[in-house]
Amino acid sequence: MRYLLVEDNLQLASAVADRLSLSGHAVDHASELATATAFVSTTDYDLILLDIMLPDGDGRSLLQHFRTVSDETPVIVLTARSEVSDRVSILDLGADDYIMKPFDFSELEARCRAVLRRRGGTAHNLVSMGKMQFDSMAGSLSVNGQAIVLRNKELRLLEILLGSPETLFSKARLVDRLFSYDEEVSENAIEVYVARLRKHLVNSGVSIETVRGLGYKLVPPNE
Amino acid sequence: MRAVAHPWVTPCQIYQKIRAQARFGVLVLIALCLSVTNATVLAYEIESDTFFPAIEESHSAAESQRLEILSTGDIDQFKPIIDDFQIRNPSVAIRYVTASSTEVMRAIYDEQVVFDIAISSAMDLHTKLANDGYAQVYESAQTQVAPDFARWRNEVFTFTEEPAAFVVSKKAFEGLDIPTTRQALITILRKHAERFRGKIGTYDIRQSGLGYLFAGQDARNSDTYWRLTEVMGALGVKTYCCSSQMIQDVAEGDIAIAYNVLGSYAATRAEQDDSIQVVLPTDYTLLMQRSVLIPKTSVSPALAGSFIDHLLELAWQSEDESVYPFPRLSTEDPLLSESHVPIRLGPGLLVYLDKAKRSRFVREWEDSLLQK
Amino acid sequence: MSLLACVATVALVLFVIVQSYASRLAEDSQDQILQASATSILDAISIRQGGLLVDIPYSALSMLGTLSDDRVFYRIQRGNETITGYDDLPVSTGGNRSKEGFEFQTINYRGDAVRAVTGSRDLTLNSERVVVFVTVGQTRNGHEEVLRSIVQNTLLLCLGFVTIASLIGYLAVQVSLMPLREFADAISRRGPHDLRRVTARAPTEMAPLVTSLNDLIDRLRFSLARTEDFLTEAAHRVRTPLATVRAEAEVALHRVEKDENRQSLRNMIRAIDQTSRAAGQLIDHAMVSYRTDSVELKPVDVSNLCEEVISRLAPVAELRDIVVNVTTQADCLVQGDAILLQNAVQNLLDNAIKYSPSGSVIDVVIAMDGQHVIVSVSDDGIGFSDTEAERLKQRFARGDNAKHIAGSGLGLTIVAEVVNSHGGELSLGRRNAFRGAKVIIRLPHISLCEESG
Repeated sequence: MRYLLVEDNLQLASAVADRLSLSGHAVDHASELATATAFVSTTDYDLILLDIMLPDGDGRSLLQHFRTVSDETPVIVLTARSEVSDRVSILDLGADDYIMKPFDFSELEARCRAVLRRRGGTAHNLVSMGKMQFDSMAGSLSVNGQAIVLRNKELRLLEILLGSPETLFSKARLVDRLFSYDEEVSENAIEVYVARLRKHLVNSGVSIETVRGLGYKLVPPNE
Repeated sequence: MRAVAHPWVTPCQIYQKIRAQARFGVLVLIALCLSVTNATVLAYEIESDTFFPAIEESHSAAESQRLEILSTGDIDQFKPIIDDFQIRNPSVAIRYVTASSTEVMRAIYDEQVVFDIAISSAMDLHTKLANDGYAQVYESAQTQVAPDFARWRNEVFTFTEEPAAFVVSKKAFEGLDIPTTRQALITILRKHAERFRGKIGTYDIRQSGLGYLFAGQDARNSDTYWRLTEVMGALGVKTYCCSSQMIQDVAEGDIAIAYNVLGSYAATRAEQDDSIQVVLPTDYTLLMQRSVLIPKTSVSPALAGSFIDHLLELAWQSEDESVYPFPRLSTEDPLLSESHVPIRLGPGLLVYLDKAKRSRFVREWEDSLLQK
Repeated sequence: MSLLACVATVALVLFVIVQSYASRLAEDSQDQILQASATSILDAISIRQGGLLVDIPYSALSMLGTLSDDRVFYRIQRGNETITGYDDLPVSTGGNRSKEGFEFQTINYRGDAVRAVTGSRDLTLNSERVVVFVTVGQTRNGHEEVLRSIVQNTLLLCLGFVTIASLIGYLAVQVSLMPLREFADAISRRGPHDLRRVTARAPTEMAPLVTSLNDLIDRLRFSLARTEDFLTEAAHRVRTPLATVRAEAEVALHRVEKDENRQSLRNMIRAIDQTSRAAGQLIDHAMVSYRTDSVELKPVDVSNLCEEVISRLAPVAELRDIVVNVTTQADCLVQGDAILLQNAVQNLLDNAIKYSPSGSVIDVVIAMDGQHVIVSVSDDGIGFSDTEAERLKQRFARGDNAKHIAGSGLGLTIVAEVVNSHGGELSLGRRNAFRGAKVIIRLPHISLCEESG
């Protein structure tokens, strides 16, 4: 996925960009409207994250511009504005969703996913590995052609692990990614989700290995 | 006094008059009938005394009413008016006494004789009576209807408007243009001095209140008056107390022209007598108003008031020619008609009554007219 | 009534002034004519042939008759000797003296009040100085008549004035109030957010009022705009750095391995969340308070509104494997402010999602109950005890058992205020005997027919 992040606060921007790259997305960053416009005209983005208050103008004008030139790129507005009416007007101008600053990365990711899913999953979202097919947008998993219903946390866990196969994820890291910070979750909860996933992935050739004392990693089938 | 008319009086009337006068303390007829000469009683001279008994004889004293009128107007003129009044007020008996205007003045002003109504052709004298406090105020719906110029202080009311005219004998002026202005009259008299010598008549202003009024107003209006009096005086003018006598003399050919004759009398005569002609001078015609008031001495002012109402109604409202013997007037101010000079009620009339002014005026008149 | 009293006072003053003025005027005019009369008589006195010639001009007395029918008296004396006129007429001495040397006084003569003037003239007769006195008097009936008629007319005038002024005053008030009422109507018909300048036709006397009203509107608009700007700016100023810190903390969390460091980073992130949420809700609450004060009511379909809110919150619910079931009913219309109601429902659902355990179900039911539209939100959260239900609706109150969850406690306060401003009720209860919370909003239902009618 290719994201455009339009945000004038460089620290926030780099943090968001870091986090999105962590999930395996490519992120371009523009800190001004002008730069953003230039980027949009040269590159097709899967999603644009757009701040409203920018040094050279209002993000909404860019939004309005997109929609008038029939650019269908989904847009999620990052806003510090709180007024409900403002949020409504943002949606009226053609934004797909908005998220209030400060935001939880997991919520941001959830919203991104929801938006992308609404806009119709694209083919490259489909990941095939062994006998497993996973569509992260649709949240659908099939093993040996049989559809399996995943719960959200299972789905998210699979997505994370699938994003970086053969990479070791500590339990703590997985908790951070799966749960919001206001949830009091023990690392044991991860074990529960991993166990469930393993059950679903039986016969798929894909396995989740436990590295004792360190965490988990996804191992593709040996071919 | 040249014309004192004593109408024939019935014994019954005499009786009633005696009774009435005994009651009112005016003893004129008693004085006459019983030949009691009393200077104070007979201080003013009357010309006639007529009694009109009530149409309906009333048995109760309370209902019987009596109206005493002192007037300068001839009985012939006023009889229809009185009759009409009695038809409307059948229980009223009326005594109608005539006298000259100076005598009327004397009776009311100097002697304060009891009368309910005083009628005079000398409106200046009536004005003086009112001004000096010898008249009563009377107000009614009818007096309100009368034009403003017909009342003064609601004490003096006028009910006629009569011109001062020339009366000429047609025969005397045969072959001559009948003069229509004073100047023309002067010219014709001068030119035909011998023809008109001793043939001119006018009022004796010393005797006639109306004559004095006309003379004063003439003098006030035009310089020609004094020239005319000198011309008339030079031709041996005859002076008269009254219009009727002057007209009579013109009609009979004793004089050729009478100056300042009361036009209403003359017109009545001219209708019957073709030999005379009434001329309203076109340079200006004085209009006299006959006036009436209720003397202070009146004992029946309410009845007197209703008689004034009657006069005013006849004069200013009624169309009945048979009762009203005077020229019909419009309530519109005749000042508007070209040469008419109406004499108006008001304090101005007192000026010629001023003692000093009058004596000087009379002297001048005598000097120029009588040329003593 | 005060108008009438005012008018009556003016009329009274007018009456007194006119009457005294008219009285003086009438007397003055009589005096002037008397003096003119006396003068013309004096002028007409001459020496002729060694004697005194007194020739009263006609106009001397006739002029006295022009104004009224008053009785006229005069007396002309040479020294003490009366030459002509009324020899008992008293000579005016010691009365008012005009600047031409005439003396005026009011005397009683022949039973009447007489205004009399005496003037004199020096003549030389046979080389002897002779003083001639002329006295002219006139009764005052005309004067009194004039006075009486003036009093009468003034009285009528004043009465008429009172009547007409009162009538006009009444009508004027009505007429001038009419545009005022129209004007007031035009303003009160305006929606609470209509801060356009007033251009409605107003009587000219009201121009200053309109001007100051417009000034007020301008200032109000300016200060409202400033308040909104301030809120926006404040939110921006608070939230952007918070977002930065939070993002950095989150990134740091991925790089830090030591457990105690990770824990403090988590605590930090949690504190940031709590702070930003509090800030957000404070600002929201301020907005809600402002909006409820000037709520502009329109028909709102509560079912649609709830579905929108739920669909927006779906990703958040999904994150926690919380299922939100919605049961709606058609035509659940209320007269309300969509933005406020949205805010309220969102707060309710925010709470429900936040306090529900992962994997639980939230039921949202929108239904009609008699003349009310009901929105009930049931969750499997910790719920409320009966006693804390009321307290929870107060500002900043938070459930005793929810201390570990980030929240300002303003959420329910906002909901309660919105519901109250819509004439509705908020009730807090339990989902069932064992667990969960159930929050019910009741709002007065309107039918479209009623609305259009």
